[in-house]
Amino acid sequence: MNKDIRRLTLILLFTPFALWIVLLIVIPHIGMFILSMREKVAPRVFEYGFGNYIEFANEPIYWNTLLRTGSMSLLVTAIALIIGFPVAYYIAKIAGNRTKGALFLICLIPLWVSDLIRAFGWILLLRETGVVSSSLQWLGLVDGPIEFLYNDVTVIMGLVYTVILFMIVPLVSTLDGMDNAMIEAGYNLGGNGFTVLRRIIVPYAMPGIVAGCIVVFMLTAGSYLTPILLGGKNSSWFTEQIYNQFITRYNWESGAAFGFLLLAFTSLVVWLGLKLSGQTLSSTVARS
Amino acid sequence: MLINKASAPFLAGYRLFIVAFFIFLAAPLLAAGTFAFNDSLFPALPWRGFTLDWFFNDTEPKLGMFHDRRLLRGLYYSFVIASIVALLSVFVGTCNAFLFVRCSFPWKNFFYIVMVVPLVIPGVILGISILALASNLANSVENSIGWDLGFLRPGILLVVLGQFSFITTITSLVIAARLKKFDQTMEEAAYNLGAGRARVLATITLPYLRPALIGAGIVAFLVSFENFNTTLFLVGSEAPLTITMYDRMVKVGSTPVLNAVSFFLMVGSALLALISVLVQRDPKSG
Repeated sequence: MNKDIRRLTLILLFTPFALWIVLLIVIPHIGMFILSMREKVAPRVFEYGFGNYIEFANEPIYWNTLLRTGSMSLLVTAIALIIGFPVAYYIAKIAGNRTKGALFLICLIPLWVSDLIRAFGWILLLRETGVVSSSLQWLGLVDGPIEFLYNDVTVIMGLVYTVILFMIVPLVSTLDGMDNAMIEAGYNLGGNGFTVLRRIIVPYAMPGIVAGCIVVFMLTAGSYLTPILLGGKNSSWFTEQIYNQFITRYNWESGAAFGFLLLAFTSLVVWLGLKLSGQTLSSTVARS
Repeated sequence: MLINKASAPFLAGYRLFIVAFFIFLAAPLLAAGTFAFNDSLFPALPWRGFTLDWFFNDTEPKLGMFHDRRLLRGLYYSFVIASIVALLSVFVGTCNAFLFVRCSFPWKNFFYIVMVVPLVIPGVILGISILALASNLANSVENSIGWDLGFLRPGILLVVLGQFSFITTITSLVIAARLKKFDQTMEEAAYNLGAGRARVLATITLPYLRPALIGAGIVAFLVSFENFNTTLFLVGSEAPLTITMYDRMVKVGSTPVLNAVSFFLMVGSALLALISVLVQRDPKSG
């Protein structure tokens, strides 16, 4: 009797999970893969093969964009880690109890503001008629208006801004769980600040670092708004190519192939990162 | 702590860095919010005096956001979509939390990773994969039996499904985290006192989970409200607010009415975030 109830509960709880994963994740992705293997040879006549992928490989502009997106995303991830780690350490270990909660909350507030509004704010600050340019002119530091938008530095800065909170939050929660005595012990054993950081704090925070890096990398590589709005027409971001194939050119087959390539590429990078750092997906992302 | 060992100049530099970081965080939000009150046709300096026209004025060229039909319609659709997504994802998230915290079944770790994966799939790809599947389905039904299944074309249903597909991971993680901390002897005590399963769930377990349920609902609502990437591909004629704003930004050029909307949304999300923090801190239910 009891065993039957348990089995029934399991089935009832598993059904929504299975429906969600199978109908909204697995089947759409299989469908997208099949779509990407299809080529239109005549109206309503299709041929299956690797044509869309071959087209991608033959067109340097496509794979250059993918490589550019990947390398810029890695750069953004590295910058976010370098800036985010000291901030997280300050919040978790140095700030007093009351300041800590307040700082953490301030860190979270931009999280709830849409990407769109954040990018809009940067546009107002950085464009030719924007706040920074007019302030510099008013101070007499420059003669004419300066355009800060539409270059790679601005795109990278905007992306770091958009994603850095996803680096800070898991770092704060891992560092929070660290016993201060461990740091004390490191000093008592004669380590200096750098040794303690390298041998004690960083290894302890590794799951948080990896979790933050994975989320930040995936979000950056998949971002659309920030590169388009801050980088303008020449931002050459891969998601923009996908959008162009799908919506502008109505070429769903090659759009699906591009989508699949982005997914495969980002998964490969994440897998490599996990292997190199000796972590697993469940020990990092799932925990934060 | 590290603080005791560091030299004073180092610490001062560290503090300065933290202050600079928070200025960096706040700057674009301040810019987006402040120009909503500038009495000018462009969201730029110089400052021409304080006005509330961009919220309440009812004539062109300074049409305020509360009189702008298209923005209000976008706000309405965003609200409807976010509410449905929040309810659905909290429901499935609760089921998932019980499934992974309470039940044991083969391949559990594997399924747990599967549950986390939607969060790291780029939103653009979720959007196109669901769009492609729904359209193929609609096309094949139309070609074989001639029914036009309009609900499978881009529109509210697809937007809801697309957002639901990854927001459910967030709600599942939030609710599971709280369920893990639950002391199961409380349920056993209730069983020993003669309560049935449904009664224990309704009077002991769910009230304990309530802060997490509300918190997860608010998070789901906000994430849905601000989502752009997934929505962009699935949107039909009922455009939610972020899409309407983006269209206007790109096609018409920005006017301070967009700042007014930004200000309105920032205040709204800050209030909701505050509520979720307060609810989860409530000592009586903790």
